[in-house]
Amino acid sequence: MSRIELININKYYGDNHVLKNLNLTIEDGDFMTLLGPSGCGKTTTLRVVSGLERPQGGVMLIDGKEAINAENAFYLEPSKRGLNLVFQSYALWPHMTVKQNIAFGLKIQKLSKAEVEKRVTDSLKMMRIEEYVNRYPNELSGGQQQRVAIARAVASNPRLLLLDEPLSNLDARLRIDMRSELQRLHRELGTTIIYVTHDQVEALTMSTKIALFKAGELSQVSTPVELYMNPIDLQAADFIGNPRINLLEGKAKLRGDGTLEVHSALGDHVFPKGDLTNETIPSGEFDVVLATRPEQVHIETRAADGNLPVKVYANQPAGSETLVSLQAGKSDFLAKQLGLVHYDINQQVYVRIDPTKINVYNAQTTRLIKRTSL
Amino acid sequence: MNGNAAAKKRSFNKTRLKNQFLNIVKNPFNMIVAISLVILFCLIVIPLLQMVASTFTASGSKKELKRIGVGAGEFTLYYWRYILFSNMASATLWGPLKNSLIIGVFTVLVSVPLGSVLGWLIVRSDIPGKKLLGMLVVIPYMIPSWCKALSWLAVFRNKTSGALGFLAGLGIPIPDWLAYGPIAIVLCMSLHYYAFSYINVSSALRSINSELEEMGEICGATKPQILKSITLPLVLPSILSSIIMTLSKSIGTYGVAANLGNRIGYYTLATKMKVFINDGPQSVGYAMSLVLIALAALIIFSNQRIIGVRKSYATIGGKGGRSTEMKLGKAKAPLMVFLVIFLVLAMVMPMFVLVMETFQITTGNGYGLNNLTLYNWIGTVDQAQKYTNYPGIFQNPEFLTSMWNTIRLTFIASAITALCGQFLGYISTRGRGKWYGSLTEQLVFIPYLMSGVAFSTMYCAMFWRPHFGGLLPSLYGTFTLIVLTSVVKHFPFASRSGTANMMQIAVELEEAADINGASFWKRMRSIVLPLAKNGFISGFMLTFISIAKELDLIIIMMDKKTQTMSYLAFTYSQEGYNQMADAISVCVLFFILVCYIVANRFGADLGKSW
Repeated sequence: MSRIELININKYYGDNHVLKNLNLTIEDGDFMTLLGPSGCGKTTTLRVVSGLERPQGGVMLIDGKEAINAENAFYLEPSKRGLNLVFQSYALWPHMTVKQNIAFGLKIQKLSKAEVEKRVTDSLKMMRIEEYVNRYPNELSGGQQQRVAIARAVASNPRLLLLDEPLSNLDARLRIDMRSELQRLHRELGTTIIYVTHDQVEALTMSTKIALFKAGELSQVSTPVELYMNPIDLQAADFIGNPRINLLEGKAKLRGDGTLEVHSALGDHVFPKGDLTNETIPSGEFDVVLATRPEQVHIETRAADGNLPVKVYANQPAGSETLVSLQAGKSDFLAKQLGLVHYDINQQVYVRIDPTKINVYNAQTTRLIKRTSL
Repeated sequence: MNGNAAAKKRSFNKTRLKNQFLNIVKNPFNMIVAISLVILFCLIVIPLLQMVASTFTASGSKKELKRIGVGAGEFTLYYWRYILFSNMASATLWGPLKNSLIIGVFTVLVSVPLGSVLGWLIVRSDIPGKKLLGMLVVIPYMIPSWCKALSWLAVFRNKTSGALGFLAGLGIPIPDWLAYGPIAIVLCMSLHYYAFSYINVSSALRSINSELEEMGEICGATKPQILKSITLPLVLPSILSSIIMTLSKSIGTYGVAANLGNRIGYYTLATKMKVFINDGPQSVGYAMSLVLIALAALIIFSNQRIIGVRKSYATIGGKGGRSTEMKLGKAKAPLMVFLVIFLVLAMVMPMFVLVMETFQITTGNGYGLNNLTLYNWIGTVDQAQKYTNYPGIFQNPEFLTSMWNTIRLTFIASAITALCGQFLGYISTRGRGKWYGSLTEQLVFIPYLMSGVAFSTMYCAMFWRPHFGGLLPSLYGTFTLIVLTSVVKHFPFASRSGTANMMQIAVELEEAADINGASFWKRMRSIVLPLAKNGFISGFMLTFISIAKELDLIIIMMDKKTQTMSYLAFTYSQEGYNQMADAISVCVLFFILVCYIVANRFGADLGKSW
């Protein structure tokens, strides 16, 4: 229940410029995920918000009140920002029981004994680990420790909950369980959450908004759907989505009526003016990259109008889905089909792609110039 | 643009200054860092500078000042000229320096191969009884090196020093060159310092994945080829660093060299320096101690140059926990014999002779009943007025005082040292990569460069008169000075163990408390201290043992009032009361062994002791 504004935040470690003029607003009640490869500044951003790290430049507002003003060397203490943090390593104090771990911060707040007791029980109940209240952290499994760490963070009723790659130490199954757990927690508490991860699936499944980082800068802030459908540039397109997005080279030319004419291995397309972004488009013919998600590539065994003849290069059935590698001339691309499908290697098939599901990028600037629509 | 540059360009801002000031002052951690740095500076940098200054300042009696040619307190190059260029130079500096270097080099040549082979045998081979052997092999290291010198004398003493030793007593003629001097010193030191190589090499071997060796075997290499081309290069960095450690330690060792060299006039840099410190001119002694420090610094820094980069690969295979033993085959029996002979020679025999000598009336006269007595332990003076001035040690108030002093010193000094070590370790881990973290590490490292004698010389030079108008009183001859010296000299070791301890406490644990609103002191009390407790206890025990063993460090400062057991044994041995010196060493040994056992209970790793 907190609105966070980061304005022109700059952070250096020695000469290393880690956060470059970062501007980000996190609305009240958002589940904001900071997503990006390791070393891109997302954890640093989280630590700046928490107060554990002091940026050399910029301002941060919490609900309109200054928490950081680097100009005046003003940094509000972490404990006065009304937030709590779940560390990647959980940071449970090994010499305290689960109960003591959770009660530690509450006692410092000088809450009454009954209130401490109640909050401990409530938060443990919420995380469904009441039975471990008197265990020490090393007597718990990784997943249970994770729940204790979250319980400790929510027990202080923070207005803002920060989570730093909380699921990275869990095995694949537990991770899926915890994802739904966190989503439910967000709904129940209504707290603003900032969540750091390098795992796009976590980002796409849980967040209400995603901030995509690239080398200390934000490249895109949008809803998960928008990020998936219309990545702002080629790097983002390549980063988001598993299996990877298909990229094909082509040529394009802006027509006099504002439509975009594109030639590629997928054939010739004309995209309506309304699908184009605000990016400036060069005059004359220029190089573009077409991008399309594997699930948008439909394979048909018979030739039809607008279909592209391709050859099957490899076939990877995986139970719930089948990945098919295809070759059209020199370009390869991937198609994803639901269920088990079989194609022979070198079989001649035909591919159909809905032109509205194709993104077009300027090859030189790598920026998105044509959006897809839902 | 750099952030700091950007900050400088900002115009003057009152709020900013006020906040910056508050940020620094309100954080107790900053205060602790500041205070620690000031204390380290006073205890390490100033004494060093003071000693350097005193080698350039004329002092002493009128006669001496006349020889120097300037007034007291004036600048002079006399002392340096004296040890470097005068016709006394070869006797004061070059001769002892040569002896020191010879002893250092030969100690390395004996002890490093010995320790490495022992390490390999016990970690990697299929030698039987490994666990027991592994324990026995480090026992000689627990015995203080000066005790070894005394046991050497108990075995090899000949007519030159009056009373006969064990072998001479059996009628075997022992020449002086064997009983005293370089050979004796080198062997005694080797039997002590082989432990460095043993500990280094065996831990390096443990960290190497045996799959690396097995791969060699699959490629068709023979066992000697594997040893030569795979194992040896992998442990080479740790062997090199053992060489450096052994060299720098043995050059500065005093106790062994004094016990075995002084009586035939064989001096090393460390023993010659002590002569000057005692008899003057002291500044000559200080200058020699600077030479010693420079030598050690040179050796250690060259080590960092040579293997600094390559050291890292000793841990590359560090993930492999699996280790298969190498079959010794036919070599097993001879190697076993070698190990047993080593243990008998290094441990059993000297200890036996040492203990037995304490019961003998005349040393070297056999163990017949008519030659045995309990006098050295519990006799009174009137029982043997003709032979000795001292009663048996447990009747001797001098011994009781020294025992009390030893216990007092070790407890107080090691408690302070261990506590400081934890603090220093906290500062250097939390300040890792920041200026104050590395400055603390560097300051704390300085005492490591100095041998015990050189270090205490420095403290004598510093504290023989009051400083800052009496704010820092003269501590000369006081127990406090001895404690202070022991504490600071053990800083490098204690802070290393403190650092290792603090490294185990993840910063996140503190940050989590910070976010929950715990103040610095609350964090210290509730998080850091409870978690650091075990590491603190083992650090304390290791420092405790190391101070209990100490002779070199405090020998210069001792007098009748403040002497410890080590010093008393040393004095008795110099005066020719061999049996009593031996009896005292037996007490020291007992004390140390008890400490080791207690330390082991607390999980202290003996390999980390000095």
